[in-house]
Amino acid sequence: MFEILAKERIGPGVNRAVISAPDIARAHKPGQFIILRTQENGERIPLTVADKDAEKGTITLVWQEVGVTTYYMGTMCPGDKLQDLCGPLGKPTHIEKFGTVVGVGGGIGVAPLYPITKGMHDAGNHVITILGARTEGLLIMTDDMKKVSDETLIATDDGSFGIHGFVTQVLQGLIDKGTKIDLCAAIGPVPMMRAVVKVTKAANIPTVVSLNPIMVDGTGMCGACRVEVGGKTMFGCVDGPEFDGFEVDFDLLMKRLAMYKGPELIALNKFRETPRGCECEIPGGTS
Amino acid sequence: MTEQEQPKPAKPKIPRQKMREQDPLERAHNFYEVALGYDNDLALLESSRCLKCKKPYCMAGCPVEVDIPDFISMVKAGDVLGASWKLKEKNSLPRIAGRVCPQESQCESKCVLNKKGKGEPCAIGRLERYVADWAAEHAEGKMPELPKPTGLKVGVVGSGPAGLTLAGALIKKGVAVTVFEALHELGGVLVYGIPEFRLPKAIVRSEIDELRQLGVEFKTNWVVGRIETVDDLLEKRKFDAVFIGTGAGAPLFLRIPGENLNGVYSANEYLTRSNLMKAYMFPEWDTPVAKGRRVVVFGGGNVAMDSARTALRLGAEEVTIVYRRTMDELPARSEEVHHAIEEGVKFQLLTAPQEILGKETGWAVGVKCQKMELGEPDDSGRRRPVPVAGAYFDIECDTVIVAIGNAANPLVPSTTKNLETNKWGNIVADLETGKTSKDRVWAGGDIVTGAATVILAMGAGRKSALSMLQTFGI
Repeated sequence: MFEILAKERIGPGVNRAVISAPDIARAHKPGQFIILRTQENGERIPLTVADKDAEKGTITLVWQEVGVTTYYMGTMCPGDKLQDLCGPLGKPTHIEKFGTVVGVGGGIGVAPLYPITKGMHDAGNHVITILGARTEGLLIMTDDMKKVSDETLIATDDGSFGIHGFVTQVLQGLIDKGTKIDLCAAIGPVPMMRAVVKVTKAANIPTVVSLNPIMVDGTGMCGACRVEVGGKTMFGCVDGPEFDGFEVDFDLLMKRLAMYKGPELIALNKFRETPRGCECEIPGGTS
Repeated sequence: MTEQEQPKPAKPKIPRQKMREQDPLERAHNFYEVALGYDNDLALLESSRCLKCKKPYCMAGCPVEVDIPDFISMVKAGDVLGASWKLKEKNSLPRIAGRVCPQESQCESKCVLNKKGKGEPCAIGRLERYVADWAAEHAEGKMPELPKPTGLKVGVVGSGPAGLTLAGALIKKGVAVTVFEALHELGGVLVYGIPEFRLPKAIVRSEIDELRQLGVEFKTNWVVGRIETVDDLLEKRKFDAVFIGTGAGAPLFLRIPGENLNGVYSANEYLTRSNLMKAYMFPEWDTPVAKGRRVVVFGGGNVAMDSARTALRLGAEEVTIVYRRTMDELPARSEEVHHAIEEGVKFQLLTAPQEILGKETGWAVGVKCQKMELGEPDDSGRRRPVPVAGAYFDIECDTVIVAIGNAANPLVPSTTKNLETNKWGNIVADLETGKTSKDRVWAGGDIVTGAATVILAMGAGRKSALSMLQTFGI
C-alpha cells in the first residue's frame, strides 16, 4: 500500500501530497507518470509525478479535483493509503543542453512541468519559465519553479498577479524582442497548448507538449489513450506522454477527453451524496 | 489404429452428457457464469464413457499433457480428490483450463470415441472442470508435499496463463518464484480479457491463491521495463532465470477513417473496462463504459464473441458481428459462437468495414461496409475474402468494438538487451523449450506466438519450466 505522508491544499481544489513509493521514486525520470487507484472500486487514473525523493522513497503528486477520483483524493489525509500506484510509465523527457529552453505551464500543468524544468536546468540550459492561470489564487508552485528557472514570468488572465494576459502573449513578447529560443515545453489545458504551438510554429521553435488523454491500463494494452500525431494514431501512454506539438491533433484530443462527461457527472454526484474516506476536508471546498 | 483401442462391443452406448447452462434469454442480461458444470451424477456417467485406451491419443492433444485416462478413471472410481491431484501434476490451473480451453480442437478431437465416427468424444474438458471445482470446494487447505527448496529462484514477467503455469511447475520442484505484474490484479488476460460470464474472477483468484499457498511470491503494480529491466532482475536481483510471458497486449486497429471517434473501442479497452474495472457495476464502481444502444463488433474470434456478448449484457438493443468471411471460417470456438447466437448476437458475414462514420461532436454514428465474397484460398488455407465491386452499405450504430487481434507489447523487448525479436515485435524463442537468444531468459505465450489461446500459453509455460529445470539439473 502507498501511504500518504503529507498533504496540503495549494489552491482552490488543488492538492499536493507526498506519497511513499520507493520503487517508483528510484526509477522515475522527468516526464513520466503513474496510474493510481484510490480504493477497490475506484478507477485507474494517470497523474504526472511532480517531484520525487529517491533517497526517502517518496513521490509528490499534485492534482486538481475534477472527477470522482480526484475529489476522493482531496478527502484523503496523511496516514491514508492509496490502493494502487503503478509506474513509472511513459517515455521520459528527452533532456540535453539545447541552449535556451522556455517552459510554459498553465494551471495544474505547472506540476508536471516542474520536473522537466528542473531536468533542463540541471542539464545546463538557460531556462525561462512562463506560468499562467486565470487568477492569482489558481497559480501553483511559483516558488518551486523560480528555484529551477533563470527567469520566471507570470501572467494571469484577470491581471490579479504578474502580467495581465495570457502565457501566449508573454511568449510572443519574448520572441518579438529577439530572444533566441531553442526549445519550448508546454503543459497545461489543451486550448493553452494549442495556442502556444500556434505561436511557436510561426516562429519555428521546436515545441514539446505533454498530453493527458483518457487512459486505462497505461502500458499500451488497451488503446484508450489514442492520439493523432502527424496523421498517425499513437498511444499516449507508451508513445508519449510527450509529443511534437506541431504534429498533434488537438481537436481530436479535446473531443476524446469529453467522451465520458455524462458518466463522470453521474459518478461525481453519487460521490457527493455518499461521503466516504477521511473527512478532514470538505470535497470541492475552497479552503 | 490398432485392435486394442477398439471399444468393447458390449459397452452400453451412453450419450455425451450435456452441461447445465443458464437460460439464454436470462443470461444475456447478467454477468453470471453461462455454463453451470456437471453435478456428481452427470460426471460419473460421463466418466464411464472413457474407453481407457492403452494408447491415449487424447493426451497428445493436450498442450500440457494431462494424464487424461488416469484422472477420468479416478472420477469413475469415485476418487475425485485423487483425480484432482492427478490433474494438477501437469496442470496448475485446471479450473481455468476446464472453462476456456478449446477442448473440441485439442484432447477431445483426438478421442477415439470421436475418431471412429461412433459418436461424440468423451467430455474431457467438462470432467476437468468438475474435478477441479470439486477439489476447490472440498479440499481446501490440502496441499501436495513440496520438495526441499533448491535455492534457485526464477523471476516471471506477467501473471497470465503462461507465467502462472510456469510458476506452478517450478514451485513444485523446489524453485522459488516471484511473479511481476503491471496491473493491480493478477491473471493477465484471464482477468482483463475473459468476461465474468465465461470465467468468473473468483475462479482465477482461487487458482492463484493456491499457487501463493505453495509459496509463489506475487508483486502487482510492478512494471518490468520501467521500474527495473529484465537485466536488472538477473543482475541486481540475482534471479537464476527469467521467464517473459507478457502476452500480446497491443491492440490492432484497421487503420480506417473514423477509428478514433468517440464510441470506438479496441476489444482490449472495452473488455478491460468491463471485466477488470467492473464498468458493468457503474456507478457503484467508478469506471464507466459506453453502454451502446446499437453495437458493431469487427472480428470473428473468441474476443469478438466476448465483446459482443458483453455489449448485450451492458444493455445494447442490437449487437452485430461484422466478419469478412462466412460462418464456417469464424475463428472463435464453436461453443462460444453458439452461445452468442442463442443470446441474440447478429452476424453480418462476408462484410468488411471501410469507414466509421461520425458526427460533429466526435461520436460514431455508423459503419460504412463493403460486401465480400470468397475467392481462392490464401496462405492460411482459408478462402480469401474479395470485395464485391460497388456493393457498399451502412450499419447504423453508436458503439464500435475492434476485435481483430493484438500485436506484441514492445515495453519488455525494447528495454531488454540482446533479446531477439522478429519483424512483428514478438520475442524469438524455441517453441519446444522457450529458450530465447538471451542467456538465462525464457519466453512463452502470446509474446512469442502472437495472439493465441490460453491453453497454448499454458503449454508454453510448462515447456519453459521443464527446460529450465533441465538446465538447472533438476
